[in-house]
Amino acid sequence: MTAIAAIASRERRTGGAPAPRAGLYPTPRSPHRPRPWTPYVFLAPFVLIFGTFVLVPAVAGLWMSLHNWDFFLPDRPFVGLQNYVDLFTPDALVAQQFWESMRATGLFVVLSVPLLMAIPLGLALLLNQRFRGRTFFRAVFFAPYVLGVSVVGLLWQYLLNGNTGLINGYLAQLGVTEPVPWLTATPWVWVSLVGVTVWWTMGFNSVVYLAGLQNVDEALYDAAKVDGASRWQQFVHVTIPQLRPVILFVLTMTVLASANMFGQSYLLTGGNPSNETRTAIMLIADVGLEQFRMGLAAAMSYLLALLLIVVSALNFLFLRQKES
Amino acid sequence: MATTAVPASSTTRPVPAPRTRRDPATGRGVVGTLLLYAALLILSVLILAPLLWMLSTSFKTTGDATALPPQWIPPTPTVEGYGRLFADAQAPLLRWLGNSVLVGVLHTVLVLATASAAAYPLARMRFPGRRLIFALVIGTLFVPGFVFLMPNYLIVDGLGWLDSVWALVVPGAASAFGVFFLVQFFQSLPAELEEAALIDGANRWQIFVRVVLPLSRAPLATLGLLSFLGSWNDFLWPLYVLFNPERLTLPAGLATLRGAYATDFPAVMAGAAIASVPVLILFAFVQRFVIAGVARSGLKG
Repeated sequence: MTAIAAIASRERRTGGAPAPRAGLYPTPRSPHRPRPWTPYVFLAPFVLIFGTFVLVPAVAGLWMSLHNWDFFLPDRPFVGLQNYVDLFTPDALVAQQFWESMRATGLFVVLSVPLLMAIPLGLALLLNQRFRGRTFFRAVFFAPYVLGVSVVGLLWQYLLNGNTGLINGYLAQLGVTEPVPWLTATPWVWVSLVGVTVWWTMGFNSVVYLAGLQNVDEALYDAAKVDGASRWQQFVHVTIPQLRPVILFVLTMTVLASANMFGQSYLLTGGNPSNETRTAIMLIADVGLEQFRMGLAAAMSYLLALLLIVVSALNFLFLRQKES
Repeated sequence: MATTAVPASSTTRPVPAPRTRRDPATGRGVVGTLLLYAALLILSVLILAPLLWMLSTSFKTTGDATALPPQWIPPTPTVEGYGRLFADAQAPLLRWLGNSVLVGVLHTVLVLATASAAAYPLARMRFPGRRLIFALVIGTLFVPGFVFLMPNYLIVDGLGWLDSVWALVVPGAASAFGVFFLVQFFQSLPAELEEAALIDGANRWQIFVRVVLPLSRAPLATLGLLSFLGSWNDFLWPLYVLFNPERLTLPAGLATLRGAYATDFPAVMAGAAIASVPVLILFAFVQRFVIAGVARSGLKG
């Protein structure tokens, strides 16, 4: 049997199996029979790190959340579901703090996600036109993302400063006599947090959209034009359906990123006014890694994670359903 | 508008169209092109103005930094802001920059090495436990990272890694996304090349290093880039596992300036400028590559 024929026959045998693609199982005559431990050697470094910092913590976190686990105390008594019960006891201070922080995270997701979906899509449509300097503008729009949240936070903290910031400086010139408390009072804090996040990350989402747009088959637009579709109709009936997988990807990533929001609040508002912009992640880090009440913080993270997994699954199902 | 009256089919005729009409290459009229550039220009100003203001302020005196109306050109240019920052032993900015680069590079190398080595047998070999490992990897793709925060803090402490680069390099290096992404790519490679190498007497390791990896430059670059950006931008974890000012990464270090230089805007902006100008210059050179990498991440997912 020639090597090619061997490949072909094995291709047929393993066919559409999801697993290792055909081919690479040596023939009896081939010089290197696979040693049974070969795959495990390849996997070992990954599995070691994955086990230590992903699998063990996933279980250990659950274990911690069932204990009154304080970093500095020798006794970490088992308390069962008490940490979770506390978070659902309306009078408990931790419950009030937790749900207030969940509200902040939820509000930020609701306010930021639509903008982070729509604006980058508009930007991507703009960048998908043919014009001179396209690469340059694409790079400019992406640039803030490479700065990282700390630079962005410091910069906008200065620009949005109530008394001395550039934004209020220009507003004063336009006749706004009362300085806008961008970083110290609602609803302005939300405008600032969402606006800064859009400024920082819109380029990232546009680049992902743009790749999707460039994958849309031109022939579909030509067909739509032949049928007399207007620009808007082409957008609704060709672009959006073709982009659906990319939209789903961007939506899932953006919801997760917004639900994980930490740096912007930490740097811009410090969670103020009176903890209204303290997000869930901020509270978890504060309770667990500042106050070292790690069992309670672990319980909070599991609740938030559960909620996020449900939201992601709903996202997925909803968009799947619309597709069929 | 005159341009809308021209039927689209006019471009198919060889008659030279008047210059004010549609450009046959783009299908846009002059007005359309002007509007397009106007929109791009406004957006670019919105993106770039804050960065220019940062640079401008870093060369101002403290008084000028808060002067109204805003002055884009420093009236009395000075490098005192930079001077105050560099004189401060609590704010070793270049050290932070170096730490960030070191952590980013080590982290990226570790991600690429472990993820590609793990993805290869998952894509190409049959062995007991393969399904279980793959299922665990896929499962964790959907688990948000903060779930691991508390236990990982204890594990890192147990390993004696608190306040060291290892706390930043290793724990996040088990990239479930990376393995998933590379398994998909490896399975899309034609098996014949590897077959041929096998028949020529190469062993699995040689095939992996000499055949598979060289064919995988593009996805490896994408994964490497996303890993580096992730590490470079990581903020929460370094904030809590690093303590010594000498050991901080740039994001964690810059956050300390906020308190220490609350009203010294030139110094704070000098810090922000030192943190961003090298990155922006580097980005200007490799932007095509960066953007291609990010673009590819969405198409696969």
